[in-house]
Amino acid sequence: MSTPAPEDRAPQDRVPEDRKDSMAESAPTSADATADAKRGPSVATRERRQGSINPSGETPYLVVEDLAVKFPTADGLVSAVNGLSYSVPLGRTLAIVGESGSGKSVSSMAVMGLHDRKRTRITGSIRLGGDELVGLPENELMKIRGDAMSMVFQDPQSSLHPLYTIGNQLVEAYRVHHKVSKDVAKKRALEMLDLVGIPNPPRRFSQYPHEFSGGMRQRAMIAMSLINDPKLVIADEPTTALDVTVQAQILDLLNNLQKEFGSAIVLITHDLGVVAEMADDVLVMYAGRCVEYGTAEDVLANPRMPYTWGLLESIPTVSAASERLRPIKGLPPSLLNLPDGCSFSARCPYVERVKGELCTTQLPELLPVDGAGAHTSRCHLHAKASIYEAEVAPRLG
Amino acid sequence: MLYFVARRLVSALSVVLATLIATFALFFIAPTDPAAAICGERNCTQQRYEEITKNLHLDRPKVEQFADYTIGIFAGRDFTTSGVTQHCAAPCLGFSFKNDRPVTELIGSRFPVTLSLVLGYAVLVLTIGVFVGSMAAKRRGSLGDRALMTSTLVVSSVPYYIVALMVALYLTIVYPILPRGEWTPPSENFGKFIAGLLTPWLVLGIYNCTSYARYSRGSMVETLSEDYIRTARAKGLSDRVVTYKHALRSGLIPVVTIFGLDIAGSLGGAIFTERIFDLPGLGQLVLDSLNNYDLPVIMGTVLVASVIIVAMNFLVDIGYSLIDPRVRLS
Repeated sequence: MSTPAPEDRAPQDRVPEDRKDSMAESAPTSADATADAKRGPSVATRERRQGSINPSGETPYLVVEDLAVKFPTADGLVSAVNGLSYSVPLGRTLAIVGESGSGKSVSSMAVMGLHDRKRTRITGSIRLGGDELVGLPENELMKIRGDAMSMVFQDPQSSLHPLYTIGNQLVEAYRVHHKVSKDVAKKRALEMLDLVGIPNPPRRFSQYPHEFSGGMRQRAMIAMSLINDPKLVIADEPTTALDVTVQAQILDLLNNLQKEFGSAIVLITHDLGVVAEMADDVLVMYAGRCVEYGTAEDVLANPRMPYTWGLLESIPTVSAASERLRPIKGLPPSLLNLPDGCSFSARCPYVERVKGELCTTQLPELLPVDGAGAHTSRCHLHAKASIYEAEVAPRLG
Repeated sequence: MLYFVARRLVSALSVVLATLIATFALFFIAPTDPAAAICGERNCTQQRYEEITKNLHLDRPKVEQFADYTIGIFAGRDFTTSGVTQHCAAPCLGFSFKNDRPVTELIGSRFPVTLSLVLGYAVLVLTIGVFVGSMAAKRRGSLGDRALMTSTLVVSSVPYYIVALMVALYLTIVYPILPRGEWTPPSENFGKFIAGLLTPWLVLGIYNCTSYARYSRGSMVETLSEDYIRTARAKGLSDRVVTYKHALRSGLIPVVTIFGLDIAGSLGGAIFTERIFDLPGLGQLVLDSLNNYDLPVIMGTVLVASVIIVAMNFLVDIGYSLIDPRVRLS
């Protein structure tokens, strides 16, 4: 994988003293990274993140291989995730993009082992730092959850317990994995609240979630998920429930904390603006499968799959304010009964350009777009690059 | 918090006052004749009737009578019948001429029985009922859950007095597996006290556990699907901590409300249980008084019961605000 990286920084060891300094210096520099991505739609060039601290992608920390998640229901077997593979090294951010029901949350919940065991069938492999998680008994998984890997949930309003103080919830999160006294845990919790930019931590410590604003609640949520210094953080649409100005702050915070903690981040989102700002790598999901995978530059600037084109086209742009939005027509297929062939074929406007009935009969393989390399896509179209350049790119403005 | 308590206290007191007026009105303004009731049917002479009317001040305006009654509650009052003056001490709820004792004393002697019965009952429904409900919620859809919920439905669709009567008849008399219900003050013989209350406790408790199990199951099913439960699991907490610390606290809120009112209602007299198991509690007192037309006692018990209900409501409100910090603000 080749990521243009303006700044090569190895995952640094955490030194509590210079925490503040490193945060302060890294905050304002995110704007000068735009030069890298010259082509492509505006999302890709808007505010490129300043480059990962682990651009080469050494040994991946999280490796997901051929993951399938199925739910037996009264109506039949729901195939929410069908053979998903990806890997995330420490210090890098992978964005999983897709619309509702594409399996992005379900696959991440599977990584965390949060699915109800009795109602879920999980196959494939999930390796965290080399250890297999699929099939691990609950009491083993419990030790990893919240410690080596943690999750930031979508809606901090409903994801924080309304009846316990923020401090209580943070202390609890720390003490599950550290046998320390309450005072030590409290010190750690206050430190974390301060780190995520919550003013007056001692006062906030003893307040309840309903006394926090939306952005502060999400900061508290992030503090809670990072309190044990996890190596993998899964952020499930962390900014969806927040208003736009707060969104940017939360994304900055996640970016800065990653630099400091050096953790791998899996970011689940349907907002391509967020992807452009945060991601090193992008995985586009559709109907439980990966349909395009590559670095953020590859996927955002040179997408090679009609579904990704559709996603990019459906972003409203300020320059084209008078134009109507171009949505992807139709609905995703039912996960109870996936169609043969490419699952996007029913909605794909380019289906007739593929000879025969290949699109509706044969599932395309996830293949490198230029014959080799890490940028892959799942599409039968032959001249993907030229179609994109000639027809799609001009429309993106 | 103090303001919250004060506000609730004021509203509780005003409800008590309204109940006081309502009970008084019901029995003395309504077309019943207390004097005739006290006088009795058989050997009531006109002279005796008038004497009772005069002694009870029934010939005076209703407002004055009400004032007397209310003052009696706080200061006590004297009753004179047939030349004998009986003093009724401070919380005077009237005088039972049938029993020749002040109502307060009668209620006071019966209340410990009902209280003991209800306390045991409360422990049973809060432990077994809530526990069974939570377990069922955790394993919802499983065979055990379905069997349990079906059986609770079956049990609670049989009227309580049938169940209690059957148990009393078959399990304590025909096949004396369980001890028969009887009242022994705990100070007198603690073992006998427990033994005498065991069967009523079990019957009342287990019968009502079925509804508590269903309340708490419903509430817990909802709570367990909340996002913050997922967060708690994502922290790495054990299933036990997630269920019994995180979920139960929220899941208990609706149960607390029902519990408070249920206990308040039972404290006013568990009529069926006391009657069937022969326990001289408030319920029995009410029944006897109804049979005897002993109006002052009926009025007194109604008033006490309503005060208990208002007090429990007040406690539920306070309990609510302790469990849920969001309530304190409003």
